[in-house]
Amino acid sequence: MIDIAFTLNGAPCTVSAPPFAPLSDTLRERLGLTGTKEGCNAGDCGACTVLVDGAQACACLIPSAQAQGAQIHTVEATQGAVGAVLARLRAAFLVHGAAQCGICSPGMLMAAVDLLLRDPTPDRAAVRDALGGVLCRCTGYAKILDAVLDAAPQAIAPPRAGEAVGASIARLDGVAKLDGTDRFGADEAPVDALWLRVVRSPHASARFSLGDLEAARHALGLEAILTAADVPGVNAFGIMPNLKDQPVLADGLVRFRGEAVLGLVGTREAVAAVRDAALPITWHPLPALHGTAAASAEDAPQLHAHAPGNLLIEGGLNRGTPARDVANAEGRFTTAFVEHAYIEPEAGYAQPAPDGIGMEIFACTQAPYMDREETARVLGVAEDAVRIRPSACGGGFGGKLDVSVQPLLAVAARKLNRPVRIVYSRAESMASTTKRHPARITARMAADAEGRFTSYEFDADFNTGAYASWGATVANRVPVHAGGPYRIANLRNRARAIYTNDTPAGAFRGFGVPQAAIATESLVDDLAEQLGLDRWEIRRRNAIGRGDTTHSGQVLHASAGLPECLDALKPAWDAMLAQVAAHNAGLPRVRLGAGIACMWYGCGNTSMSNPSRMKLTLARDGTLTLFNGAVDIGQGSTTVMAQICADALGLPLRQFRFVLGDTSRTYDAGKTSASRQTFVSGRAAMETGLALRRRILALANAGEDAVLALEGTQLRVGDARVIDLAALAEDLEAEGRYDPATTALDENGQGTPYATYGFAAQIALVSVDTALGVTKVRRIVAAQDVGRAVNPTLVLGQIHGGIAQGLGLALMEEFIPGRTENLHDYLIPTAGDVPEIDVHLIEDPEPEGPYGAKGVGEPALVPTAPAILSAIRHATGITMRQVPVLPHRLWEQMQ
Amino acid sequence: MTAYHRPTTLQDALAIRAGADVAVLAGGTDIFPARTARAAWGDPTHKDVLDLSAIPGLRDIDETAAGWRIGCLATWSSLMRAKLPPIFDGLKAAAREVGGMQVQNRGTLVGNLVTASPAGDGIPNLLALNATVEVASPRGLRVLPVAVFLTGYRATALAADELATALHVPRLENAQGGFRKLGARHYLVISIAMAAGVIATDAAGRVAEARIALGACSAVAQRLPLLEAALRGVERAKAAQLVQPHHLAGLSPIDDIRATAAYRRDAALVLLRDLLEARG
Repeated sequence: MIDIAFTLNGAPCTVSAPPFAPLSDTLRERLGLTGTKEGCNAGDCGACTVLVDGAQACACLIPSAQAQGAQIHTVEATQGAVGAVLARLRAAFLVHGAAQCGICSPGMLMAAVDLLLRDPTPDRAAVRDALGGVLCRCTGYAKILDAVLDAAPQAIAPPRAGEAVGASIARLDGVAKLDGTDRFGADEAPVDALWLRVVRSPHASARFSLGDLEAARHALGLEAILTAADVPGVNAFGIMPNLKDQPVLADGLVRFRGEAVLGLVGTREAVAAVRDAALPITWHPLPALHGTAAASAEDAPQLHAHAPGNLLIEGGLNRGTPARDVANAEGRFTTAFVEHAYIEPEAGYAQPAPDGIGMEIFACTQAPYMDREETARVLGVAEDAVRIRPSACGGGFGGKLDVSVQPLLAVAARKLNRPVRIVYSRAESMASTTKRHPARITARMAADAEGRFTSYEFDADFNTGAYASWGATVANRVPVHAGGPYRIANLRNRARAIYTNDTPAGAFRGFGVPQAAIATESLVDDLAEQLGLDRWEIRRRNAIGRGDTTHSGQVLHASAGLPECLDALKPAWDAMLAQVAAHNAGLPRVRLGAGIACMWYGCGNTSMSNPSRMKLTLARDGTLTLFNGAVDIGQGSTTVMAQICADALGLPLRQFRFVLGDTSRTYDAGKTSASRQTFVSGRAAMETGLALRRRILALANAGEDAVLALEGTQLRVGDARVIDLAALAEDLEAEGRYDPATTALDENGQGTPYATYGFAAQIALVSVDTALGVTKVRRIVAAQDVGRAVNPTLVLGQIHGGIAQGLGLALMEEFIPGRTENLHDYLIPTAGDVPEIDVHLIEDPEPEGPYGAKGVGEPALVPTAPAILSAIRHATGITMRQVPVLPHRLWEQMQ
Repeated sequence: MTAYHRPTTLQDALAIRAGADVAVLAGGTDIFPARTARAAWGDPTHKDVLDLSAIPGLRDIDETAAGWRIGCLATWSSLMRAKLPPIFDGLKAAAREVGGMQVQNRGTLVGNLVTASPAGDGIPNLLALNATVEVASPRGLRVLPVAVFLTGYRATALAADELATALHVPRLENAQGGFRKLGARHYLVISIAMAAGVIATDAAGRVAEARIALGACSAVAQRLPLLEAALRGVERAKAAQLVQPHHLAGLSPIDDIRATAAYRRDAALVLLRDLLEARG
């Protein structure tokens, strides 16, 4: 430890710290400035960007010793020129919706300050260059660039009563995301917390035996070395109610590289100093099954006793009898593991109750109630003994639905009877948590002479990895959606989830549907080509719409706006085709291409009850509180629920207070997944507001259209009546609940799996350097039927972010266990990769949804990759059936 | 426990270096990621550190009688800001494409060289610039050409008691530098392949001297003597047409997560033609 003296945010500061500790660590752990985020500790993500002597730098790459004598500014700065620029940027980020989850926002802000202090009036290219070193996984960057370029942001006026829905208000949790005070999983822990570090398997398949752990514990100065034997309850977790197949700590056998084997508990210094090689673990490596082909082979070893042939599940859909027709297309398609790459690695702490039973967990999550159930089982206690307090969630996208740190922390805290905290490293997060399922797909499609789709067949193996996680969903969501949003009378779809020795695959934005859409949309282009039809035209002829029947036999009675989406894109499509033709006429090396794709996506869990419940109180002191259990992972549900509830009640949004996502204080609003929060929890929020309104109207004996006004404890109801809340015997309270009506799917996959569907179409303009095989996306135009845009700014943010992830899926993202476990070998799009995006919001109201709204988050991602592939084909004549289309893959096809 | 030395004189630094096996740290942009990667899989140990950053006088980029001297703490950003002739345009282009601005503001050119990664963006440029490395030890100074300094994959000729203290770039009249980097995304990207060149032309517009190097296509970035010989004396405007596959003799590109060897070989030719097509 040395004393380091420097100027921190304009004030002198001296800190005692290890000289080689990264400055980010010293700022966070020794100076308490947790606004500087650590996303990778390798200079790959820029979340820790601070100013050192006025120049942006990754604090994770700076030895603390080098801070000596320097001027350091962090996101917490309020004074001087930096403070002034930050204040303006914060206002602009709020207005433009430039912060979603907020984990990259401090880094983005500091990178922007660096630029604006050098150049107060930059152009967009200069902003891109300045922000190019900070990764954002939520926004697609456009709103961030807009915000940095907005020199004079105008605050948005708060909506009046009854006018919240449809207003582009700033997100309610935005301020804390921009001043560094929001608390993510790594930002909070009791001072006396011990640290947990997980020892993970370096082998994809191995048996192991453990030696004298007590001697090792003593020699290494640890409080405990946890093994499978320390799990007090059931050493198993998993998403499927009937299949908890993943151990918290492996018991003599590991099935993937990165599986948890031991938990080291002690002081931070002690756990960090342990070399895995110094631990008494004897490994006996076994042959590993990588990929579904190896795992499906005749002689493949069986990885789980319950899964002969390593088949986790198979599902299908049968309708009519597929047959050949005038035009016939067929193809085999391959997709890769895709990493969520949220910029916040998993983190949190557990606080045991003194009674030896209760446990409180503060951690990032998308599913607090599921975390509670899993943790309680692992601890062997009743569910209500566990309290889950979600931290701010620095991105999820499906990857924080499964438990990660929660059961490990709970086991450690129970064993030590002390609070225990953990922060995953980036490599640990990438190696141990779920991925998008890689798929191997064979699909066929046929059309008649008029271009009407007549038959579709789909057969796919999805690599679910070593454990089931959400693998069961492969069997229902995929067959239901595989054929695409088109009227098709004859289908035969099959999807299997297969166990391997790869990283577990789970939920990731769009769950299996993006993979299927890559296949299906490619076949649609084949059919168009065979029939000489324009690619837009063939989609428009077949687009499913109101009154049509889905492949699972569900009649779409309302809110099916795909035809409107396509119509909205037509002018841009025609213009794009003309631009491409003009550009390519001289056969240049860099060709342009235009592509198109459509998608549909059922909102909510497939054929399952997935209710949400909320509570609203108007207390005798006049406080109005919405108890909202929906976890906002950056998509904006906190704001959207409030907008809906405010209008349902009829009071202005600014009068609301909130209690958010805490299993001890809010009801279960289900998981933040399946594009269900706006639709399902939003409807519950509406019902809650309406229920309280009914109580108030009844109390005042007022008519349905009475206008409410709240001033202090005086609640005015209509023109004539005033309720004095302080005089009431009890607080006014109301609840609302909603569970979308679905039915089980029969053996042919027929039924009503979802209450409503989102629809979208996108067109893409790409350039391809035909000599190098490098593809650049120049423009995306999206049209999406959202039912009703409760908050258009937030909706656009979801669409932009989905497109950015779809672009990554198409062009650069490929997780290879053991090879791409960091953010410089695993590439996600930067500010320089996401193109200009135009969005047409189509609002075909969903009668079941709150004010007509339905889900938005996942649909945005699905059409992007197939639209880009369609554009590459248009530019080059090459049909790419494997993603990502890395330059060398496209080049090989062009040889 | 890792000892951390931050001397304030070069003499002290050389004494520390001579006395212990230390990791030499300048900008830190390579050392920290490597440490993170090791720690993630259970090796938190680290060599003792010798941090050069407190030694004055090592950050400068100066013009000298023979050319230019780039101190070992000069960053990519300081290079970009330095007033330098067109021979440096390739190196400056590389500076703009290293990592993001965060890394450009801290990472040093000499650090990039000493790390000796096949994908180091500075290295082909230094080869094309005919740069030499000034190496200090308690035994005195010596100067090595970059091609001699680099001895293999992440390996250099630095002896256990030596520090690389500066780069020297010789002057070349009427010379223009250039650089082409190929990666799978825009910012923050490790090169799949890259080409760097310095070309001097005579009054008649012919190539007087051509120095061309490729990176990420062999364990150590390499000059292309066959191509350089073929270019000598030809009309500058026609240089790009001369690039032939046999000019890549001696390269040994590999298959890795970023690309295949066959692609790298072909892309290298394209990058070379693009490099020679550009006129600065």
